[in-house]
Amino acid sequence: MSDRTHVSLRSGVYADSVRLMQVSRDIGARDGVTAVLVAMATPLNLELAAGMGLAPDGVVAPDQLLVALRATDDDALAAALTAVDAALAARESAGRAQVVPARTVGAALADAAHPALAVVSVPGPYAALEAADAIAAGRSVLVFSDGVPVEQEVALKRSAHDAGVLVMGPDCGTAIVSGLALGFANVVRRGPVGLVAASGTGAQQVSCLLDAAGVGVSHVLGVGGRDLSAAVGGLATLDALAALADDPGTERVLLVSKPPAPAVAERVADAAGRLAVPVRSAVLGPERPDLTAAVEALLADLGVAIPEWPSRPHAADAVPPGAVLKGFYSGGTLADEAMLLAAPVLGDVRSNTPLRRELDLGTDLRARGHVVVDFGDDALTVGRAHPMIDPTLRLEAIAALADSGEPAVLLLDVVLGHGADPDPAAALAPALQAAGLPAVVALVGTEADPQGWSRQADALAEAGAAVFASNAQAARHALELIGSRDE
Amino acid sequence: MSELLSAPPAIVAAGVEVFSTALRAQGADVTDVDWRPPGFGRPADLAQLALDPRRATANRTAVERVLAAGSVLVDVRPAREVLDVDERTLLHSGPPLTWEAASGPMRGALIGACLFEGWAATVEEAQRVLAAGEVALDPCHHHRAVGPMAGVTSPSMWTWCLEDPVSGGRAYCNLNEGLGKVLRMGAFNEEVLTRLAWMRDVLGPLLSKAVRSRPEPLDVKAVLAQMLQMGDEGHNRNRAGSLMTLRDLAPAIVAVDAPSADVADALRFIGGNEHFYLNLGMPTAKLAMDAARDVPGSTLVTVMSRNGTEFGIQTAGTGDRWFTAPANTPVGLFLGDFGPEDANPDIGDSSIMETYGVGGFSMAAAPAIVRFVGGTVPDALATTERMYQLTLAENPAMQIPVLGFRGAPTGIDVLAVARTGWLPQINTGMAGRVAGTGQVGAGLVQPPQECFEQALTALAEESRAVV
Repeated sequence: MSDRTHVSLRSGVYADSVRLMQVSRDIGARDGVTAVLVAMATPLNLELAAGMGLAPDGVVAPDQLLVALRATDDDALAAALTAVDAALAARESAGRAQVVPARTVGAALADAAHPALAVVSVPGPYAALEAADAIAAGRSVLVFSDGVPVEQEVALKRSAHDAGVLVMGPDCGTAIVSGLALGFANVVRRGPVGLVAASGTGAQQVSCLLDAAGVGVSHVLGVGGRDLSAAVGGLATLDALAALADDPGTERVLLVSKPPAPAVAERVADAAGRLAVPVRSAVLGPERPDLTAAVEALLADLGVAIPEWPSRPHAADAVPPGAVLKGFYSGGTLADEAMLLAAPVLGDVRSNTPLRRELDLGTDLRARGHVVVDFGDDALTVGRAHPMIDPTLRLEAIAALADSGEPAVLLLDVVLGHGADPDPAAALAPALQAAGLPAVVALVGTEADPQGWSRQADALAEAGAAVFASNAQAARHALELIGSRDE
Repeated sequence: MSELLSAPPAIVAAGVEVFSTALRAQGADVTDVDWRPPGFGRPADLAQLALDPRRATANRTAVERVLAAGSVLVDVRPAREVLDVDERTLLHSGPPLTWEAASGPMRGALIGACLFEGWAATVEEAQRVLAAGEVALDPCHHHRAVGPMAGVTSPSMWTWCLEDPVSGGRAYCNLNEGLGKVLRMGAFNEEVLTRLAWMRDVLGPLLSKAVRSRPEPLDVKAVLAQMLQMGDEGHNRNRAGSLMTLRDLAPAIVAVDAPSADVADALRFIGGNEHFYLNLGMPTAKLAMDAARDVPGSTLVTVMSRNGTEFGIQTAGTGDRWFTAPANTPVGLFLGDFGPEDANPDIGDSSIMETYGVGGFSMAAAPAIVRFVGGTVPDALATTERMYQLTLAENPAMQIPVLGFRGAPTGIDVLAVARTGWLPQINTGMAGRVAGTGQVGAGLVQPPQECFEQALTALAEESRAVV
């Protein structure tokens, strides 16, 4: 056998067994090394060495270091011995602990300051897991995610109520808490009005009009679009109303919602009536005030003069005979408001989010006749960003409408603020010009928004659109244009 | 609720990054969660458990029992007197096992125990009686006992008898034989049997008399707490604990009326075995985890254990039911000439230490251990940091100095394991794959994810049935 062996004992050298096992492993991995044992010469290790045919001769003390090697040739053996010396001399560098980031809301909240709010925008099937962490930690949570099963929403809101915290959402796109804008929200002044909103764009419309009238908001608490449904029963609305009633910075409360389940609306109205703070309703419905009217009533309550709402009226285009209303919306509540205003004037208005089931447009967004499309509806945002961020679908619809030759008045909303398209007019103005249709825009925003209300309004007016800060005014203007065809 | 509206809140954000960006632009204090989809589990099952209204209280109850449990050494007795086993029964580690399914080291230990008890005169005869089912096999865990590695405990072996003064519960463990060729690693040669006989005839009676003579029972939990301050993690490193145990028991041992040569042998044996304490630490952890049994709605893990073939876990919410899957093979460092191909799959009840929050979970307390996988001190710290995200509490009694005396991460939550996708970290010894080999190394291992998948499904089913 041509193998070369080395067996030696070193005194005065100590290393712990873990380190020596590591050295043995490293040396054993070298080319040409067939056996290795670097270990303290304990009886157990001597037995191991003997088993490998590498037992040392003579008297051995357990505090000696045994170095036993077998290699295929002299060079490999010498190199291995050198490597043993180097490995024994090596020192690990003590480093800092790597930071282990929190994988769950629960882990992250463990170190969070007070007050804290969890913001959850993970995919819907997992949102309840993260939201439940916040509730368990005694913290409120805003759930932006959509696609959360309604029974999970109910369970979350029940446990939040018991824990004395608030669940905003699911599908809550807008909130302002102590001046901090969450999701889609506008830069509005702070003030005495608290909003509870089951509608994101509704809350944006209301807060922007208040801002235009010089009145600020204390908080905008979104509760999710389903909160006032029969299934959820207004659980978060009731808790949010109670929270605002306890808030020293809130003097009046405005409840903003799409048309709610009647029984729930009644329960919420009852509860609101018992609060120490006056609550006014901006809840949409047939024969109910529109959002602008609700804001105006609140201003009257406050003794604040109702301003002229900002607008860029436009000399009426020649509206072709037989023109229909085409409302292309990104905000669901604003679309609802437009349909509620249009129905008494135009009769049936079909929609993908219709006021009545028999008016459902289905998937044919290009149907002829009076149509209002909510491009922000969940069915149209699967796999793409919300139209407040990504205007593609709506711009395509405008072009298709122009190509179809159907005589129409376009009614659009453009929502500014945090989270929204940084310059919506940049794409919309040329599209409107190219379409050449009479257009009316509800421009929801404030001068302080990153996009700037006037800057956007001017660009859209330049393109021939009539622009209104109030969606109700915009809708009425569009209806007048349609009505004007007979004059 | 009024707290939320009292001042601009700090934000903890999970999900889409644009929110955090927009909030930071407003000057908010934002912490981003490193969120990713759960490692396993159906979304409906995960949500069922997360929203189970019993869960928070049940888990608090369970983990508070774990933290409250104490452990004192009250006696040392032969297994037949205390373990409620039939005369021809061998206890083993891990979930239930048959001879046919047993791995090499488990078979080796069972053979050795048959020889030791005189149930067979030869190895062949022992194999025959075991294969014929003439000796019953039962998990230690079914008898309030635990055993390291093969965990084989026969009626004549002496066991530590520990008591939890809080619950009055008892737990048992055999005596540690030392390192190298030992029964628990699957060795059964003459040396092993001779040592077992000496432990039966000399060490056991001596320890029993010594323990009974102490005016106060030894506080074994307090020793574990001190070990963590001294570089041990209580599973793979028990040096300080073993020496403290020797220090605490030595006067009583010396005072026993026994031949001085026997006393010297006993002290030498204990002093020469740096894992002597392990067999006291394990029943200490077992007492605490048994205290958390049977809390409906709790997702806390009460047992992690391996029999060399399968890994099994139990939870507080599912009673005595085992969730098992094929055991992984540890990675680490090898003794002498042994290599990865010599290692048997994961074996032993000693992962009760991690179940209790020490061992691999408290790796930060014992940086020397992390080198078993060629890691670094920062790895040790990071491992413990990760385990905090799997656990329900920090054990104020088990403090980790380098983490600012933060308590050990204690009480594994099945739901947290699923959500993070991180598996518990276990430090372990490695037995040779072939019966009779003995120890081949030591290293790190994780449970198979499948155990936790099964437990999650079962917990969700139970929750659906009740809630």
